[in-house]
Amino acid sequence: MTEPVLSIRDLSVEIPTRKGVVCPVDSVSYDIAPGEILGVVGESGAGKSMAGNAVIGLLNPPARIAKGEIWLNGTRIDQLSGDAMRRLRGKEIGMVFQDPLTSLNPLLQIGDQLTETMLTHLDISRSEAEKRAIAALQEVGIPGAADRLNSYPHEFSGGMRQRVVIALALCAEPSLIIADEPTTALDVSVQAQIVALLKKLCRERGTAIMLITHDMGVIAEAADRVAVMYAGRLAELGPVREILTSPSHPYTDGLMASTPLASRGKSRLHQIPGSMPRLNAIPDGCAFNPRCPYAADKCRHDPGPQGVEGRAACWFPIVRERTA
Amino acid sequence: MTDTPNLEKTPVRDKSRFAVAMESDFVYAFKRSPVAIVSTVVVLILVLSAVFAPLIAPTNPFDPASLNLMNGFTAPMEPNAFTGDTFLLGTDDQGRDVFSTILYGMRISLFVGVAAVLFAMVLGITLGLISGYFGGWTETIIMRTADVQLTFPSILVAMLIFGIAKGVTPVEYRDQMAIWVLILAIGLSDWVQFARVVRSATLVEKSKDYVAAARLIGRKPGAIMLRHILPNVLSPVLVIATISLALAIIAEATLSFLGVGAPPTQPSLGTLIRIGQGFLFSGEWWILLFPAVTLLALALSVNLLGDWLRDALNPRLR
Repeated sequence: MTEPVLSIRDLSVEIPTRKGVVCPVDSVSYDIAPGEILGVVGESGAGKSMAGNAVIGLLNPPARIAKGEIWLNGTRIDQLSGDAMRRLRGKEIGMVFQDPLTSLNPLLQIGDQLTETMLTHLDISRSEAEKRAIAALQEVGIPGAADRLNSYPHEFSGGMRQRVVIALALCAEPSLIIADEPTTALDVSVQAQIVALLKKLCRERGTAIMLITHDMGVIAEAADRVAVMYAGRLAELGPVREILTSPSHPYTDGLMASTPLASRGKSRLHQIPGSMPRLNAIPDGCAFNPRCPYAADKCRHDPGPQGVEGRAACWFPIVRERTA
Repeated sequence: MTDTPNLEKTPVRDKSRFAVAMESDFVYAFKRSPVAIVSTVVVLILVLSAVFAPLIAPTNPFDPASLNLMNGFTAPMEPNAFTGDTFLLGTDDQGRDVFSTILYGMRISLFVGVAAVLFAMVLGITLGLISGYFGGWTETIIMRTADVQLTFPSILVAMLIFGIAKGVTPVEYRDQMAIWVLILAIGLSDWVQFARVVRSATLVEKSKDYVAAARLIGRKPGAIMLRHILPNVLSPVLVIATISLALAIIAEATLSFLGVGAPPTQPSLGTLIRIGQGFLFSGEWWILLFPAVTLLALALSVNLLGDWLRDALNPRLR
C-alpha cells in the first residue's frame, strides 16, 4: 500500500467548559491515500468538522488536541509551532468550505484571491501566478476564465462561486483537500456537478480529498471509503460499497435505513429513535447504546472495541450474508 | 461527463466604472434626496472657500502690516467714518475684515476637525481590529479602557489632554503647538466609537469562512486584518467619520471658545466667536454673528450629510 497522504492516529479533541471537559472527537483514527476520497459522515455535532479543523490546525480556542497524532506526508503536524504550521498548511492542504457566499472575500476580485494563495506559498512572479489562476479556473469549469479574474464574488452564482472556491483550494497544488460540506448550500443539480468536479480533480491530480458531509447521496456518488462518526467516535470505516450495502454497526444500519429511496414507495421513512447525546452527557459504555435496538448489558458498561478499518466499534456487529 | 456545460454567460463589461457608479443605488438615492444635495453643496462651498481662502479673502488677517486700526468696528456694508473703506461683513476691534477672518478661521477649524477625525479613525480602527481579531485579554484591556473613557464627557477628556499636553510643551512653542495639541486632544477623546464599531464588525467578519481561508493559506494576522477584514468593516466607519467630523468641528470651536484651543494669532471659528462675544452687548453684533452662522452651517450640513449617509448605506432602513 502506498504511503497515506494523511494519517490520523487516535486523535482526541477536547473543549474545557464550565461543567467539565467535553470531547467532541474521541480517539479517532483514519488514513487517506493519494487520489482517494474519504467520506466522513455523521449527524451534526458528530465531530466531523471538528476532526477536519484539527487537521488543518484551525481549532478555535479553547478547543484543543488532547491526544493522538496527525501525520501529513510523513511529517507529524499536530505539534508544529504556529509559524511552521502556517507555512505548511496552505501549501499542502486546501479547504473547501460549506457556504460559498462567505468563503470568498466580497471585496476582493477573485483573481486577487487566487494569486494571493500562490504568492504566499510558491516562489513565482505575479504574471505566472495569474496564468496559473486562469488555468485553475479553467480546470474547475469556469467559462471565459481569463476575463473573470477581475470579477467580484457577487458576480457569480452560488455554484460558480463554489467552483471558484475549489479553484482556490487547488491553486497551490495541495496534496490534500478538506471539503467541509461543499454541497450543502447548493441546489441538487449543482451539487451533482460539484461532486463530479471533485471526483475528476481527485482522479486527474492524485489529490486526496476528505469529504465531510451528512448527505449519504454525496457519499455514495463520490467517496471511495467512508468513515461513519457518532458522538465524536468512529463507528465504522470501510470501502463505500461495503458500508452502504452491508453496514455492520447498528448506527450505520439505522442511517442507511433512514435514507429515502424511490423504490421504497410511500411507506414512512425509518428513523433512529431518540437523538444523539449531548457532548456533556455521553452515556457510559457504547455511545449509541440507548438508541441501539441490539444493545445488551455489556454495551452499557464497556465502550467496546475502537472502530478501525474493517471493524465496527460494536460488540455485536451485524453480520450479513454476502448477497452479491 | 466530458466537459462542464457552459451554463452561465460571462457578463460583458461594456461600461466604464464611472458609468456603473452613476447607475448605482447610492447615486440614485442621492439624486432623490434634496437634503443630501443641499448639504453637499453647502459643504463643498464652505470647504472650497476655506481651501482657497488666500485667493478669495480681500485681506490677510494674519498680516499685521495690512491692518489699519482706524478701520476697527466698521459695520457691514457701511463705509468707515475715517478711512471710507467698506467691508462685506464688517471689521472687528483691530480692523480685521470679518469675512477674511472667517475664511481663514474655517481653514483652521476644518483642518483641526479633519485631522482629529483621521487620528481618531486610525487609532480606533487599529485598536478595534486588534481587539476584535485577537480577543481575550487584549480585547478586555482595550474595550474596558474605551468604556471607562465613555463615562466622561468627551469635551472634558479633550480639555484634560489639552491641559496635560500644554503643561509639557515649552512656553515658547505653545502657540505653534496649540493646533497639534488640539488635534491630539480631540482625536483621543473620539477614538472610542470607531473602536467599538470596528470591533463588533470584526467579530462578525472574523467568523466568516473567507477569513478562515486566509488563515488556512498562511497569511499572517496583520495581513488578514488589513487586507481581508478592514475593507469589509469600512462602511460603518465612513458614516461615523462623517458624523464625528461635525462633532470634532464643534468640539474644536467649544475648546477655542473656552479659551483653551486655537490661539488668537491663529483664530479658528471658535476663537472668533469668543472674540465677538465680548462685543455683543456694545452693539457690534456682526463680529459674533457671522462666524457663528458659518460654524452652524458647516456643522449642520456635515451632520445632515452624515445622517443621510448612514441611512443610505444601511439596507435595513431603506
